[in-house]
Amino acid sequence: MTSDERLGLVRAGLAARHAREWRFRFYGILAILAALSFVAILFGMILSRGLPAFTQATLTLDVHFDAAVIKVGERPTRTGNQSHAEYAKAVSDWERKMTMVNWNRLIEAAVREAAPDTKANSREILSIVETNARFELRDMLVADPTLIGKTVQVSLLASANADNWLKGNIDRALPDAQQQLREPARALADQLKAEGKIRNAFAWHIFTNVDSRSAPASAGLAGAFVGSLYMMLVVIVLAVPIGVMSAVYLEEFAPKNRFTDLIEVNINNLAAVPSIVFGLLGAAVFINYFRLPLSAPLVGGLVLSLMTLPTIIIATRSALRAVPPSLRQAALGLGASKTQTVFHHVLPVTYPGMLTATIIGVAQALGETAPLLLIGMNAFVAQVPATPLDQSSALPVQIFLWQGNENRNFFEARTSAAIIVLLGLMLTLNAIAIFLRSRLEKRT
Amino acid sequence: MTENTRLEATEMNMPAATILARSDLYHMPSTTVRTPDAEPRSAKVIARNVSVFYGPKQALFDVSIDIPEKSVTAFIGPSGCGKSTFLRCLNRMNDTIDGCRVSGQIALDGSDIFAPSLDVVELRARVGMVFQKPNPFPKSIYENVAYGPRIHGLARSKADLDEIVASSLQKASLWNEVKDRLHEPGTGLSGGQQQRLCIARAIAVSPEVILMDEPCSALDPIATARIEELIDELKQNFTIVIVTHSMQQAARVSQRTAFFHLGNLVEEGPTDLIFTSPGEKRTQDYITGRFG
Repeated sequence: MTSDERLGLVRAGLAARHAREWRFRFYGILAILAALSFVAILFGMILSRGLPAFTQATLTLDVHFDAAVIKVGERPTRTGNQSHAEYAKAVSDWERKMTMVNWNRLIEAAVREAAPDTKANSREILSIVETNARFELRDMLVADPTLIGKTVQVSLLASANADNWLKGNIDRALPDAQQQLREPARALADQLKAEGKIRNAFAWHIFTNVDSRSAPASAGLAGAFVGSLYMMLVVIVLAVPIGVMSAVYLEEFAPKNRFTDLIEVNINNLAAVPSIVFGLLGAAVFINYFRLPLSAPLVGGLVLSLMTLPTIIIATRSALRAVPPSLRQAALGLGASKTQTVFHHVLPVTYPGMLTATIIGVAQALGETAPLLLIGMNAFVAQVPATPLDQSSALPVQIFLWQGNENRNFFEARTSAAIIVLLGLMLTLNAIAIFLRSRLEKRT
Repeated sequence: MTENTRLEATEMNMPAATILARSDLYHMPSTTVRTPDAEPRSAKVIARNVSVFYGPKQALFDVSIDIPEKSVTAFIGPSGCGKSTFLRCLNRMNDTIDGCRVSGQIALDGSDIFAPSLDVVELRARVGMVFQKPNPFPKSIYENVAYGPRIHGLARSKADLDEIVASSLQKASLWNEVKDRLHEPGTGLSGGQQQRLCIARAIAVSPEVILMDEPCSALDPIATARIEELIDELKQNFTIVIVTHSMQQAARVSQRTAFFHLGNLVEEGPTDLIFTSPGEKRTQDYITGRFG
């Protein structure tokens, strides 16, 4: 074979080799594009559905606190010869009377004032205002008794049905029988909207209110959000130190023998256990045996800690394994003890890795739903938990609950809004982790 | 090789009186060819019948040697011959390797380093080590040198510590290059500077013996020359044992040389004699480049 022939053979093969490489790159790019477009579609759908839910139709009405309707006297003050129990009873009687006041009449009058020529009857008028609006009026008067007899401009949430109608979430062409609001109410809503008396306002109450069934337009995420925060706190306090300590002990101190091998295999197996099994374990152990309260973020946090432990241990161990042995030898060679070597030299360089492990674990716990269902966190809870022992929901569980309600899910887009809040929380966590890690890495 | 021929081989090079002056070493049954120094120094480290096993595999076979005080002893031999393994026995760094077992005796200043009463931390404070690849801590230059004295409680005050850091860096001939940037990271130095920093870190603890495991193998010739100069100065205060792949380096810096092959100590003697008239054929083959 001459050198020209040899070169010819090489060249002939070269074209095929280049083509193979080009194809491989092309497939790679295709795969990345496909993945990116899925992410884009997901985010696009969630944002386009969920973002409108952050603004809600709000009525601006001039409400006259009519003394003829509010026939309750002033809040009783304690007289000299009254016992404490008598005084408390007087106050609670007064509060009951305040609640019994026909606030809806004030609202109806205010709406009629705003739209004098409406054909809607009182039921139809009230159907465009959220049902808890009357309590807002009551609370205003309790807070400021001098309002009586005065006319005040008040912002009241429109009902979820009115909001859906105005946003066009329900097809306007549907026949009357399939509409949630009756014709005169729909016309009234349109008229008030056209006159600027109903405006789209940012729905702060999504963050400040708790879940509500009777007044769906005022439902919020505050309870679920605080419940999730408590659970994160429990996970950070329990799973992170225990996980990091276990990883450090197993990786740096434990002898390598069959027993530690067995432990390692079991930790890897635990990481693969379906999360709902941890929920069963939590229900059996924490609730049934230790008698901890149902639906409590403490129990949720304990269950999520169990679930997160293997993740944190495995990630921390791989961070420790990545530390070059020369660093340990340097410290040992100087006469540092094993503990000094680990705490002075090995751990400081693994902080970024351990931080990542922690964030992965906490984010996993934050997004977990299944085990929480088994310990009663899917109950309807209309309060913000004051302590981790109070009943509460969690963000992903709240999403699950709203998803099960066709109004909440399909028309009000509450589910999408809650997903956006959850994603926002996760992205914030990750951003903090990346920031801390880059700072720690710069320091070393 | 029988004991008889071995004795003849050593007697060819040395006056018999000097051979037998100080040590039992020359009466031991062993295949090692030994040649004592013309003016023997007292032994700092005495090793007898040291064998090392990694699991079932024996890596070192009955090595016996005396390491003289305040001089440089070089261990040479092809890769995998056990010279680094033996070096790591001297400060019990082999303890840190899983499945590693050491048998035999090693004495530092006459006391057994494997004795249960001896704390390995104390041993390593007396026998320092410099590694093949420069491995400064990812901390400042100052912290690198100060770490040893600090954990051993050698400095009574901050001024004391500053003094130790400065003098260690001076002894490692690094002071002039780093005195203005003591608080910058040690990992930012060049390879040769990093290795001198590691030497400074080792001598900051004032050890009696410094073990060096191929300290120049990752360095360029200029950095190597500086380290060699440094070793030459350090031998006035420290006992130095150096493992090296470079026969020229062994010839330049050491007073005694030990040649290892396949886990055996083949020959040990004064460096100039080992390189000019080795007593063993394998030694001659190795130093003339026929294998290894």
